[in-house]
Amino acid sequence: MKREDIIHLATLARIELQEAEIQSFADDITEILEYVSEVSSITAEEKKKEVDVLYNVMREDEPSHAPDEYTEAILSATVSRSGRYFKVKKILGEES
Amino acid sequence: MHDSITLLRKKFIEGVYTPLNALEDCLSVIQERDTSVRAYLELFAGAKQSAEDATERYKKEGKNTPSLLGIPFGIKQNILIKGERTTAASKMLENYVATYDATAIEKLRAAGAVFIGGTNMDEFAMGSSTENSAFGATKNPIDESRVPGGSSGGSAAAVAMGGAVATLGTDTGGSVRQPASHCGVVGFKPTYGTVSRHGVIAMGSSLDQVAPLTHTVTDAEIVHNIIAGQDKMDATTIAKDTYPEVPLKEKYRIGVPRNFLRDGIDADVLERFEEKLTVLREEGHEVADVELPLMEKGLAAYYIVMPAEVSSNLARYDGVRYGLRVEGKNLLDEYMKTRAEGFGAEVKRRILLGTYVLSAGYYDSYYGKAEQVREMMRDELRMVFRNVDIILTPTAPTPAFKIGEKSDPLSMYLQDIFTVPANLTGVPALSVPMGTVERDGVALPVGVQCMGPHAGDARMFDFGKKMNGEDF
Repeated sequence: MKREDIIHLATLARIELQEAEIQSFADDITEILEYVSEVSSITAEEKKKEVDVLYNVMREDEPSHAPDEYTEAILSATVSRSGRYFKVKKILGEES
Repeated sequence: MHDSITLLRKKFIEGVYTPLNALEDCLSVIQERDTSVRAYLELFAGAKQSAEDATERYKKEGKNTPSLLGIPFGIKQNILIKGERTTAASKMLENYVATYDATAIEKLRAAGAVFIGGTNMDEFAMGSSTENSAFGATKNPIDESRVPGGSSGGSAAAVAMGGAVATLGTDTGGSVRQPASHCGVVGFKPTYGTVSRHGVIAMGSSLDQVAPLTHTVTDAEIVHNIIAGQDKMDATTIAKDTYPEVPLKEKYRIGVPRNFLRDGIDADVLERFEEKLTVLREEGHEVADVELPLMEKGLAAYYIVMPAEVSSNLARYDGVRYGLRVEGKNLLDEYMKTRAEGFGAEVKRRILLGTYVLSAGYYDSYYGKAEQVREMMRDELRMVFRNVDIILTPTAPTPAFKIGEKSDPLSMYLQDIFTVPANLTGVPALSVPMGTVERDGVALPVGVQCMGPHAGDARMFDFGKKMNGEDF
């Protein structure tokens, strides 16, 4: 795993890395990947997936609670709000 | 010797000891030891009132009170308790106050439990030593130069030192069983889907289960039976008849995967394990060798599936709705800085690893393959459980190690070698103390783990009680 690879992964994962972290993660992840690669030594017989005892569960598409029941509790956890909305920096129309 | 739930309940009903006494006794242990041990991250102000109310209720209603009334519980700080800080031992959630109760908490509350405080853990439950807590490591109360195990190290230490009668932890790859082994208490990982994960801070959603840590197997059973049950808030919870019934037996046929008990296992731990097998044989159980060649591959599959789920689950921590937010020059920059500052090294490592194994071009060779291994492991277990009732191994390959001893991530991961197969396959597993091994003049506890077929939770308790001499 090269430093550019780590920087690319960190960008995908939205984590800014310090210089010192880059090399140490590159070393760790290389070592871990080498270890986990032993799964590829297992040759699975390509059996068709049987229908398991577990299946998907859906709830009815209907309101589960009264309007505004949790709004205030949830909004009170953010560091920046504007009335009933979370406030964030402008997303569209900005030069990056 | 600390009182079990069963014994406390009896004393409360007789009126010779009260919930308030029990709380005060726990708090005095905490006051005396926890500045150093750090089992708790937070003590709840409301505990005293709950204990007082419980004391009054016993006077009026006696044995007609709910079954956990007045029992002091510690709760791992990744399980939401409404109105209390729930940090997951991360700077990301340092000031996060839960807006609702987890289903497991709701059920404990209805049963009358008194919540003492939130226990320490590895950040977001990632670790096997509780050294990854952003707020300082927990020490093993039996030998404070050693780790308590992890990630539920605070929950295990709290029970072991008498700072709680029982605690809840979460077990994703052994996070309840391994610390139970290192601290000399009982830890139980239920069949996947038995206990609701609603209100539990997600790590690996296909692996996580809420799990009790207690002094006795009977206590673990009592707590588990209260928190278990299908929940409309967690679609992965199972019905009573999802799996075929697993019968209890007078004497069990025990399978020992010998091929799995060779490399990297402490000689003294193996000796205790062999002694345990001898005792079980003498008690009339049958011991047979079983072949489980895939079990050894389990850890590799686990360290693909788990980071993949971690990278997805932790994407939600973006600083917008709750938790830490670090100012940046635009929204993307804010995400990057918030996550850089909010997450510790092990969390970042696993997110990066998970991002890698899920990325285009690698998905099939890692995640796809690991899911295949998982399916094959389930088949392998199904076959083996046709011939044996229980699979027995040590819980962890070593006793508790020294704080700071395992600086290399991979050597830490190997702590979970015996515990991850139960999470990957979804079967129940129980860790019970099996004696001690001596290190630097200290007797360190080690645990034995029994694993059963899906929905064999009651069998685990029955066999666990027999192993632990509780079958009276």
